Amino acid sequence: MRSDTGKLSLILLMAPFALWIVLLIALPQFGIGYVSLREKVGPGEYELGFANYTAFLGEPIYWNTLLRTAWMSILVTFLALVVGFPVAYYIAKIARKRARAGLFLLCLIPLWVSDLVRAFGWIVLLRETGIVSSSLQWMGVISGPVELLYNDITVIIGLVYTVVLFMIVPLVSTLDGMDDAMLEAGYNLGGSRFTVFRRIIVPYAMPGLVAGCIITFMLTAGSYLTPILLGGKNSSWFTEQIYNQFITRYNWEAGATFGVLLLAFTSLVVWVGLRLTGQSLATTVAKE
Amino acid sequence: MYDLRCESVIKRFGNFTAVNGVSFGVPAGSFFSILGPSGCGKTTLMRMIAGFEHPDAGDILLKENSVLNLAPNKRNVKMVFQHLALFPMMNVGENIAYGLRCRGDAKAGIGEKVRAVLDRVGLPGVEDKQISQLSGGQKQRIAIARCMVLEPDVLLLDEPLGALDLKLREHMKIELKQLQHQFETTFLYITHDQSEALVMSDNVAVMNAGRFEQIGPPRELYDNPVSGFVAGFVGDTNRWEGRIDRLVDGTARVALNGGGSVLAKTGANSLREASAVEVFVRPEAVAIGRGNDGATLSGRVDSLLFNGANSRILVRTETGKLVEVADTSGATGFNEGDPIDIHWHADRALCFARDAA
Ligand SMILES: Nc1ncnc2c1ncn2[C@@H]1O[C@H](COP(=O)(O)OP(=O)(O)O)[C@@H](O)[C@H]1O
Ligand SMILES: [Mg+2]
Repeated sequence: MRSDTGKLSLILLMAPFALWIVLLIALPQFGIGYVSLREKVGPGEYELGFANYTAFLGEPIYWNTLLRTAWMSILVTFLALVVGFPVAYYIAKIARKRARAGLFLLCLIPLWVSDLVRAFGWIVLLRETGIVSSSLQWMGVISGPVELLYNDITVIIGLVYTVVLFMIVPLVSTLDGMDDAMLEAGYNLGGSRFTVFRRIIVPYAMPGLVAGCIITFMLTAGSYLTPILLGGKNSSWFTEQIYNQFITRYNWEAGATFGVLLLAFTSLVVWVGLRLTGQSLATTVAKE
Repeated sequence: MYDLRCESVIKRFGNFTAVNGVSFGVPAGSFFSILGPSGCGKTTLMRMIAGFEHPDAGDILLKENSVLNLAPNKRNVKMVFQHLALFPMMNVGENIAYGLRCRGDAKAGIGEKVRAVLDRVGLPGVEDKQISQLSGGQKQRIAIARCMVLEPDVLLLDEPLGALDLKLREHMKIELKQLQHQFETTFLYITHDQSEALVMSDNVAVMNAGRFEQIGPPRELYDNPVSGFVAGFVGDTNRWEGRIDRLVDGTARVALNGGGSVLAKTGANSLREASAVEVFVRPEAVAIGRGNDGATLSGRVDSLLFNGANSRILVRTETGKLVEVADTSGATGFNEGDPIDIHWHADRALCFARDAA
């Protein structure tokens, strides 16, 4: 009897969560998956098949955009790691205890402003008549106005700025748990700064590092506003293709196919990344 | 020949002086302990020796060479941390090999050295275990092996037994002493537990509020403490406050606060008549029965504390003081409430000036 009531309460407890997963995540994904397998054979007539996928493969511009998105997302993830690690290390290990909460909050401030407003903020700074361009002219560094928007570098900077926070948070929480005595032991046993960093700090931070990389990569690859607003027509971001198929062309079948492909491809990249670094989800993200 | 020497080392944190003019030398191959209550600056002193703090004044010499300008990773002192600080992301073998690899040993020799040192600490064949699979005592030995494989001039140990349970602590005391003999390395051991220091050490320094009060072999600290702090901190003792009535040839008659008077030898310091003092008498110095020289107290047995060879009789004197008396045989036949006389020889009681506090 006891175990039955235990089971019942477990079921009741899990029910809202399960409903949420099923209704908001699983069902739409199944729906998208189903739509992507419909072939249009005539007006209002559909058959199940892989025609949408073969169409994708047959059009280089589509899969080139997907590859480009993945490659730029990897770059953004890497840059976010390079920028985020020192910040996280400073917050977790060097800053005084009392300053920590404040610094952490400072990192969170950009989140209080919506994506859209932040992107427009960048536009105000970087456009031809923007603050950066006019200051440079005023200082005499350049003679005419320069357009700093609509190129890959700007898109990458904007994306790193948007996602770096999601790299910092997991890193801070893992590094926070690291005992200073461990670093001192590393030096005491003869390690140089570099050795201690490579053999003690990085392996220790690995769970947070992998979690941060996965989150930033997924967020970047799936982002829409920043690449479109900062990159303009040239951005060739894969989410833009999805948007076009759904909204502009009203081709839901192709849009759904692209959506499934984006999810599958980014998951594949994450999996390859985990394999290459010898990690697994169980030993990193799910740890602790 | 000293393996380690400190000369008037001072360390301040802001206005607070954590280590205040400490000087000592550790002879090669000996076991030296620093004993003091928590917060007295022991860890700070050790961190200066290891190079993690820089002294504000004074000098630290290893094998007679000053190491003040050497980075921590260039000093040949290795440290066993309070919570050991083993690397959880490496297995036992990698933990031990870490130092060898930092030093640039040839790959081929490393495995052999790791095996040899694990043999010596009595844990052969655990190279592939994870740190989390080890017991407390095993972790301890791995932490020591990780240092000893590098053949340091001095091994520093910061209260390494603090985290262990009582039984294991007793066992590790003996084992540490044996390891020190076996490696023939100089150990500098920090503890707040006087029994650890007394059992293991060749020499003990008693530290209080950033200063060394006394340095000497355990027996000397026990028998001839130079201050009230040392007398009270090292070993069990009875302690009463009072005032000197009469002073003849280094023997004082002390009127105790609350009534009664006893005879006590004055410690080596400038006590005068009417000085406020503390009297210290070890439980084993107190004998049962009436003595012939003055320091006899009468009272009743308050309680019997049985602890094998460490048994005690608590006596409440007529003036209401509690006296701990060693009851070595554990079979004196007293019952609670029995009348009892106790006495001690004036030489076995010591009095020191009471601290201003
Ligand atoms: N980095 C530091 N900053 C300020 N005060 C410190 C620092 N390290 C230690 N102290 C102070 O110095 C005193 C001695 O500390 P410590 O050497 O750790 O004592 P012990 O090891 O004997 O318990 C303590 O009162 C502690 O608060
Ligand atoms: Mg300490």
